Amino acid sequence: MADVANKAVKAGKAAKPTKPAKAPKANGLQRELVTPEGVDLRLRLAEASERASAFLLDAAIIIAVLIAMTIVMALAMMATKAHGAQAIVVLWLFGSFVLRNLYFILFELTPKAATPGKRILGLRVAARNGGRLTADAIFGRNAMRELEVFLPMSFLFANAKDVDAWLTVLGIIWCAVFVFFPLFNRDRLRVGDVVAGTWVVKTPKLKLLKDMANTRESARAFVFTTTQLDAYGVKELQVLEEVLRRYDAKVVAAVAARIRAKIGWIIADGEGDGDFLDAYYRALRGRLEGRLLFGRRRKDKHDQG
Amino acid sequence: MAELRLKSSRFRAEREADWLRLEKLLTRAESRSASALTDDELIALPILYRSVLSSLSVARATSLDRNLVDYLESLSARAYFFVYGTRTSLLARIGRFFAHDWPAAARACWRETLVCAALFVMGVVVAYILVAQDPVWFQSFVPGSLVEGRGPAASAAELRQTLFDPHPKAMQTWLSVFATFLFTHNAGVSLMAFALGFAFGLPTAILELMNGCVLGAFLQVFISHGLGYEAGGWLLIHGVTELSATVLAGAGGMKMGWAVAFPGDRTRLDAAAAEGRKAATLMAGVLVMLFCAGIMEGIGRQMIQDTTIRYAIAASTGVFWLVYLYAPRRARPTPENARG
Repeated sequence: MADVANKAVKAGKAAKPTKPAKAPKANGLQRELVTPEGVDLRLRLAEASERASAFLLDAAIIIAVLIAMTIVMALAMMATKAHGAQAIVVLWLFGSFVLRNLYFILFELTPKAATPGKRILGLRVAARNGGRLTADAIFGRNAMRELEVFLPMSFLFANAKDVDAWLTVLGIIWCAVFVFFPLFNRDRLRVGDVVAGTWVVKTPKLKLLKDMANTRESARAFVFTTTQLDAYGVKELQVLEEVLRRYDAKVVAAVAARIRAKIGWIIADGEGDGDFLDAYYRALRGRLEGRLLFGRRRKDKHDQG
Repeated sequence: MAELRLKSSRFRAEREADWLRLEKLLTRAESRSASALTDDELIALPILYRSVLSSLSVARATSLDRNLVDYLESLSARAYFFVYGTRTSLLARIGRFFAHDWPAAARACWRETLVCAALFVMGVVVAYILVAQDPVWFQSFVPGSLVEGRGPAASAAELRQTLFDPHPKAMQTWLSVFATFLFTHNAGVSLMAFALGFAFGLPTAILELMNGCVLGAFLQVFISHGLGYEAGGWLLIHGVTELSATVLAGAGGMKMGWAVAFPGDRTRLDAAAAEGRKAATLMAGVLVMLFCAGIMEGIGRQMIQDTTIRYAIAASTGVFWLVYLYAPRRARPTPENARG
């Protein structure tokens, strides 16, 4: 019993160095997130451009609501002939404050953990350590917006009379550090993310499409030799999958021609390009998956062995 | 349809129903909340989640269908975030914030709070002495928009008027507008003091000092005109709350800045994240305090014209905040409940 435990400990120790640490893998923005069940979810981080677009969308929404609110208030003011003016101005001041500061917080507190802008782009906020996204983390990351957005804006729109020009320039430079912060770290963290221990990940909603190996069977039986099936690897198989899913007639014809040439296939009478590709895809996937079961994953056509 | 020849196709046919069911449940739960699901569905969700995770592992090892693996990855991630996501309702969360989190955060920052308070007092003293020596200093300490006829050149009668009836009667109705404006202004400044703390806390220190200077300059003007007692009442009725709030905001910023500058044995990122969250909780509390201060400043101060009552209110708010934030409490909730 103790022996087994000992072995397990040793195995654990031995396994440690091989386990990819926090360091990014070769493929850029993919990060490891191991669930308590022990499965790596291979999360993808949002690109800086997506973050920026999401923010611009949110900003547009906030501004649109502010404008609408102003118009409604103005109408209400006219309707009440300025009797309710006091209440209306209070509402407006408070409403704009809530919008500016609580918009992000309240939306990120929902189960989707994303503002409308982020939702549109398929992003969400997540805790960097893989744990729960806590309310104080959301508050923290959004409180820092004051520094990242509103301070730079106040410098940009500062009245030249009030402030020394040099001071404004220095201020803008100082702010630029924070505005462009996400571009200078590999996790695309903005200062708010650093402080709150969060990051923004992609959680696109994908549809389960049909299995391309499970499509209509053509009347003709295609038989491929092992050599013909060994011409390609997983990468090419998945490109072929894409081609078949899109099914653009021109592309299908071109790809079919390429594959026929590569594997030395002789066209029989009345053989359709689509049927040929379907059959080849099925056969190739069968072959590659068969080898996969024996622990051999052939990456691409250059992968020999 | 022909019988499925590929193992991966058969695998998919067997499990597909579970995946689609989980997707449907998730879509519903995400768009509203967990309460959109029935009890049976709530029980089924974690089970389906684990089955999808196991499907993902199998699919990665056996299937070369790119869409299938991508789909399972995205579905697992969505389910993971839901299953391990925030459980508490917003109301319960707010309740715990007032009962526990906010005072705890304030106590955790006591050292920084003392430093900020010291800086603030220093600002007051320095500005007081400087303005006493040469009134010209007043202009450089106090931004124009705050003066409203309270400059050193004003006569005692004028100053007295700003203390007791700053607004003509017709303007009384605008008091609540004024309160709202003050709240949003002070909240912005405090958020800034907090956010600036990230740059090693230095800008926060300067901000606290400047804040103190403004107050010191004002005090000197009033005291030199023999209105010190009245000015104290005018200021402290909301000032106790407001000044404590700015000091606490600065403390939060400093805590964070300190962690960034001296992370100890943690990495700089981890340190910033851990302290930043604590400071953020404190900041939420600061906003609540500023909200109270704004109401007191805009409404209470204008309505209550008696200096003694002003002092009494100031003293009771001071005692209230001290007791609320720093009085010892019973045991904190278990760590498991404390998260979320």
